[in-house]
Amino acid sequence: MANSADPAAPARAAIGHTVWPARVAREPVNQPMINAWCDAIGETNPRYRAGFAPAAMLPVWTMRKFTPDPARVEGMAILQPFDAAGYVGVAATNLEQEYLRELRLGERVTEEATLEAVSDEKKTALGSGFFLTILHEFRVDSGEVVGRMRFRILKFRAREMAATARPAVAAAPPGRLRPPVNRDNAFFWEGIAAGRLLVQRCTGCGTLRHPPGPMCPQCQSLEWDTVQSSGRGTLYSFVVAHHPPIPPFEYPLPILLVDMEEGWRLVANAFQIERPALEIGMPLAVEIVEVEPGFRLPFFVRAAGG
Amino acid sequence: MSRFVLGGAAAIAGIGATEFSKQSGRSELRLACEAITAALADAGLRPAEVDGLCTYSLDHNIESEVFRNIGGRELKFFSRVHYGGGAACATVLQAALAVQAGLAEVVVVYRAMNERSEYRFGSGLMPAAHVVTAELVQFGWYMPYGLMTPASWVAMLARRYMHESGATSADFGRVAVTMREHAARNPAAWFHGKPITLAEHQASRPICEPLRLLDCCQESDGAVALVVTSTERARGLRQPPAVIAAAAQGAASDQQQMTSYYRADIARLTEVELVARQLWAQSGLAPADMQTAVIYDHFTPLVLMQLEAYGFCDRGAAPQFVRDGQIGLGGRLPVNTHGGQLGEGYIHGLNGVAEGVRQIRGTSCNPVAAVEHVLVTAGTGVPTSALILGRGTRR
Ligand SMILES: [Zn+2]
Repeated sequence: MANSADPAAPARAAIGHTVWPARVAREPVNQPMINAWCDAIGETNPRYRAGFAPAAMLPVWTMRKFTPDPARVEGMAILQPFDAAGYVGVAATNLEQEYLRELRLGERVTEEATLEAVSDEKKTALGSGFFLTILHEFRVDSGEVVGRMRFRILKFRAREMAATARPAVAAAPPGRLRPPVNRDNAFFWEGIAAGRLLVQRCTGCGTLRHPPGPMCPQCQSLEWDTVQSSGRGTLYSFVVAHHPPIPPFEYPLPILLVDMEEGWRLVANAFQIERPALEIGMPLAVEIVEVEPGFRLPFFVRAAGG
Repeated sequence: MSRFVLGGAAAIAGIGATEFSKQSGRSELRLACEAITAALADAGLRPAEVDGLCTYSLDHNIESEVFRNIGGRELKFFSRVHYGGGAACATVLQAALAVQAGLAEVVVVYRAMNERSEYRFGSGLMPAAHVVTAELVQFGWYMPYGLMTPASWVAMLARRYMHESGATSADFGRVAVTMREHAARNPAAWFHGKPITLAEHQASRPICEPLRLLDCCQESDGAVALVVTSTERARGLRQPPAVIAAAAQGAASDQQQMTSYYRADIARLTEVELVARQLWAQSGLAPADMQTAVIYDHFTPLVLMQLEAYGFCDRGAAPQFVRDGQIGLGGRLPVNTHGGQLGEGYIHGLNGVAEGVRQIRGTSCNPVAAVEHVLVTAGTGVPTSALILGRGTRR
């Protein structure tokens, strides 16, 4: 495990050490915050107006701005070797809380976070990576531990990314839905990934077909190959989507249906064509664009002369 | 006519529904049970007499749970048709075939959904899946580009239809205004007492151009049920039967679910044309024989395209037909006298079948004079279906 090629080695060496400085609650346990919390949750137990704070309020006392904050996690020095090795993704996977006793008015909470465990490399749906468990311990001034929280994250190398991928999309926002790929359409998406627009051709009768399928509707042949399209075509129909907004698209969103010059049709987005310029019959050309690291899609751009 | 199996042998003998709302506050199974028992009571039949159930996909209520909850005894026929709202009338076809074949005597068709409060087809979210099916691969041609909602899929057809026919957004708006006018007079409609103006339609926000908010049907909670039995038995029951004069399904070449974008001409609905040809052939009737129609109105442009596909006007002439007021009360073909899914509620078209029955009985809130036959259609853009209801007088 001392092997410098193991991206988890520095993290393993840091097990038991704090991952950032201890946080001291800004205010001691107090009735106004208890009242606000109880109102929000709908808690009416009279005990919480008689000197005690609900145990489940534990993380509230030291809580900071609670937005997804990859910077904070990225800031943990132990994660940097993972980034350097291409494990740039981060996903929160589990959160467990353990309450040892209720807090009393006037007590002040300090939260300390230590790295508790680092897993071996695991294959997950997101990609291959390591689970890191961070143990948060909550103490009062006497040093007594009143509760614990375990936060588990996955540092991963996304499936699509090569080891050399730019560390661009830690905790990536939802991306475009990937097309489901099976034996019938893999050639198309592999072609796009390689920068080529391919269309299926029946080797029995020569008919082009799109969307592709296993059998030729003209002659029922199961034999086919592909040809590379010129990418040139004319606009046949189009829509401009406004609502509902679906991440990660920007709206208004034009989506075009184009007559390709070889006699087939293709749906794709417009690239740098403003809404008012869209006109049925206008000449267009395909350009293949990397929209997210490792994911390419065909787009339509204005063709020369159009 | 006798070479067609249906030939008026089966009829809708009872209809029932819950209220249509944005939040039913109860389970979908309970909605189903309420609508079914209401339909049985309407017909004058007991739950123990039910021996068949039909519904269509996107309904979450499995037949066995529905049947045990209503107190069914012996279920001999059950069938679930695919393609959501496109199957609204296909369920009635299934029920009529089962009755005609003697497989079952009393078949209940149901649809119960908390579409508004618990899911929402319009949200554009796709369910997680573990198997890459042909269906998922199909949607994979659109998902990466954000073409993910029913409104956006239909908008693509609508844009081309505008290009071909000269229809404008105001023409779509006239459909919405008419539906809301009808709904305003229907106490069961969500938009009862709430008509809109064309200016309000034109000012409504864009959802997916060329569709505006008021071009899109509501999202609703609610349930509808129908009781199908033999015309002979129906004549002895509590209500005058709405005889199933014809019923048909259709999917045409290069059909996709909602995205049949690869046909030479996408400004026409070839699967609807196929259904229309079957209905006219089965019944010996023609568009001129329909005094009113329930045209599936999930999105306004598809009402125009269906008017053309069923032959109520020529291709490209539906915008003028609507401008002339022909789909309003007093027009040549009053459409969706209950207010449609734009005005009454979106129960995936089954509420439209119930309105067809009311027009035959003469109990619609907007009754059309001297109704002999009503055309009822189902969801389009998908494999679809339709039926003709009549009084059942011998022709
Ligand atoms: Zn072929």
